[in-house]
Amino acid sequence: MKSRWFAAICGGFIVLVVLAAILAPFIAPYGETALAADPWEKWTLAHPLGTDNLGRDMLTRLLFGTRNTVLVAFGATLASFVVGVTLAFLAAVFSGWIDQLLSRGVDILMSIPTLIMALVVLSVMGTSIPVLICVMAALDSTRVFRLARALAVDVMALDFVETARLRGEGFWWFLRREILPNVMPSLLAEFGLRFSFAALFLSSLSFLGLGIRPPHADLGGMVKENAAAIGFGIAAPLLPALMIGLITVAVNALVDWQLRRSAQPVRRA
Amino acid sequence: MSAAGPLPRRSHRSHLGEGAPTCILDIRDLVVAAAGKSIVNHVSVRLAPGEVVGLIGESGAGKSTLGLAALGYLRPGCEHAGGTVELAGQDVLRLAPKALRLLRRTHIAYVAQSAAASFNPALRIADQVLEVPYLSGRTPAHDDALARDLFERLELPDPATFGRRYPHQVSGGQLQRAMVAMALASAPQVIVFDEPTTALDVTTQIEVLRVIRDAIRSRGLAALYISHDLAVVSQLADRIIVLRDGGLVEQGATADIVSAPQTVYARSLIGLRRETAVAGDAKAFSPVLEIAAVSAGYRRGLDVVRHVSLTLGAGRVLAVVGQSGSGKSTLARVVMGLLPARDGSVRFAGGVLPALEGRTRDQRRRLQLVQQSPDVALNPHQSVRETIGRPIQLFFGCDAAETERRVRALLAATELPEGLIDRMPESLSGGQKQRVCIARALAAEPDVLVCDEITSALDLLVEDAIIGLLKRLQTQRSLAIVFITHNLWLARRFAHDVAVMHDGAVVEHGLAGDVLVRPAHAYTRTLLAAVPTLEPGWLDRQTA
Repeated sequence: MKSRWFAAICGGFIVLVVLAAILAPFIAPYGETALAADPWEKWTLAHPLGTDNLGRDMLTRLLFGTRNTVLVAFGATLASFVVGVTLAFLAAVFSGWIDQLLSRGVDILMSIPTLIMALVVLSVMGTSIPVLICVMAALDSTRVFRLARALAVDVMALDFVETARLRGEGFWWFLRREILPNVMPSLLAEFGLRFSFAALFLSSLSFLGLGIRPPHADLGGMVKENAAAIGFGIAAPLLPALMIGLITVAVNALVDWQLRRSAQPVRRA
Repeated sequence: MSAAGPLPRRSHRSHLGEGAPTCILDIRDLVVAAAGKSIVNHVSVRLAPGEVVGLIGESGAGKSTLGLAALGYLRPGCEHAGGTVELAGQDVLRLAPKALRLLRRTHIAYVAQSAAASFNPALRIADQVLEVPYLSGRTPAHDDALARDLFERLELPDPATFGRRYPHQVSGGQLQRAMVAMALASAPQVIVFDEPTTALDVTTQIEVLRVIRDAIRSRGLAALYISHDLAVVSQLADRIIVLRDGGLVEQGATADIVSAPQTVYARSLIGLRRETAVAGDAKAFSPVLEIAAVSAGYRRGLDVVRHVSLTLGAGRVLAVVGQSGSGKSTLARVVMGLLPARDGSVRFAGGVLPALEGRTRDQRRRLQLVQQSPDVALNPHQSVRETIGRPIQLFFGCDAAETERRVRALLAATELPEGLIDRMPESLSGGQKQRVCIARALAAEPDVLVCDEITSALDLLVEDAIIGLLKRLQTQRSLAIVFITHNLWLARRFAHDVAVMHDGAVVEHGLAGDVLVRPAHAYTRTLLAAVPTLEPGWLDRQTA
């Protein structure tokens, strides 16, 4: 009962975040990069959350930062799932050398530390948003592949899949009708988890200067830009950090709730 | 309240009869509810010291719930909704957890259906068997003498060292006996046996039944023996209680229940055990499926099926019988093409069948499989309509209207109500699911149906109905059926021809009327003799 209330609150928060991300250009009081006042001003009516290190309105930057971070993280997660799940199901359905090739390839990719890999690729290819999404998706899809393959192999061992095999069904039938519906709860839960990892990963990339490029706002970059303020007892760097934390906690709490719900035994009619 | 010491015994109600023996376990008017429905409904069971009471009924009858209630345990989600359970005079359903544990340690033990699932795979057998006497402070941690005595009594191999093995290192029958040893270790007064032989082969079952009988007799134990198999219960129990849907249907002395059941339900349960053979006729037939000297296996150099040759005639039923591990399911996988044969060939309708990938759509259509467990044979995310409709679309390319018409016709043919068409498998009963599986196989309009233990997951009466259905379908559509089963009763009732498999080879093959009535091979005789019957004293004769 208690966890349901908590999940509802977290769900509400995520809805707010999504709305803020979509509506940021319309509801933000100032422009994304507009210099509105002096740096690190106090919280006033004109600037409800103060200003940042260059004197831009903090509330505006937070709205845009959330928008950019959520957009890139969501895009990257979605792409990693499409790629990872499709390859994983290919491996599970055809097994044999296709499975070996894909699985060992993923092993090789996973043996390279993610952050270092991302830093190298991004410093060569530049950090436009499409490149950022592609690199993050490619790195994350290896983890998705691992999970989806394990789930699919379990399903492939069940009798109803054997029946479909005996009928001579094709790959798309297996993917769409036999496997996907039966692993959906686990994949959805993993999606939420991967999304929050992606948001954190993007924030660390931005913090290192290889994420979303200034002057565009993103949460990780904002922490870095305003880091010095912490020495003066100003809350500016804490706000984007808090936002990252809240999004992560909310998404994970929802995932947790979903997992627990789907783990409950199905009541027989 | 003192925890361990027995409380003064209350006097029993007078109408229970004068001179009624003092009773060790007294379940009175028990009601257990789950999700608002009562799953045990006003049932009373009294157990005198040294008495064995059999609880019989189908799944969902409330047998296990009742058996566990005797230990003062209710499964999660179950609620005590009335009545009392008194064990040695103490009301176990109202006892504090600690006092209850102490009472259980000295008074009652439980033998579960699946020893494999009940033993902790990471601990040695002796440590688990001796846990309760050690916890109650009666023995040291490693009481080798006690372990040896128990294992000797249960005729386990190498009693001195048996306990040092891990559960996966012994056979299923040995593990089941080790669980009986565990129950005896605490020297209880009552043991609840919950289907202790259901998961075992008939020849293994006999060994376990014998040690259970000897253990009960030699120690004068009282026991609740739960089973769905009336024949097994009738060999052990003094009294039998028939349960159905949580309610008590009939009770009486074993001989009375077996010879003169009063209720329709008890009569139908007993009738199932009395039905006799279809005479196998020797008329000539044209072969449709020929298995020629097939060998196959999973691991290199290890053949699970060895040089098996069998012929299935058009429109005939060939039963392949044998115990688990005899290779009969592997043979089915070879026939279906799921496992390539190492040696030999499978000929179907005149041509040699390749492995699955090489089979034409028509070959796939004409050979259909019905699997053992209906629970995993149906995709939980496809409705009955989609499940049965898919082979029709795939093999015959029918449009939606024609598919719908055929699905409804198949539902009618498998005696399923039409209203089920949009249901998901989750909301079907086990029997209904298996009917849907049969309908799905028939949708392809096959020549040969391979049925792999299709009733072993079902209750007796449901099994009877499914076999009846299959018999009717077989004659109507002149299907040829390979009927794989460990159950000789079914083979006798249903098959024209019988092949007996043992260790991967066919040891005997012929007309059902010959093989099952006048068995030529020693193994067939052993197998036939091991099938429990309702005759009083059968078990004693088998093990004399």
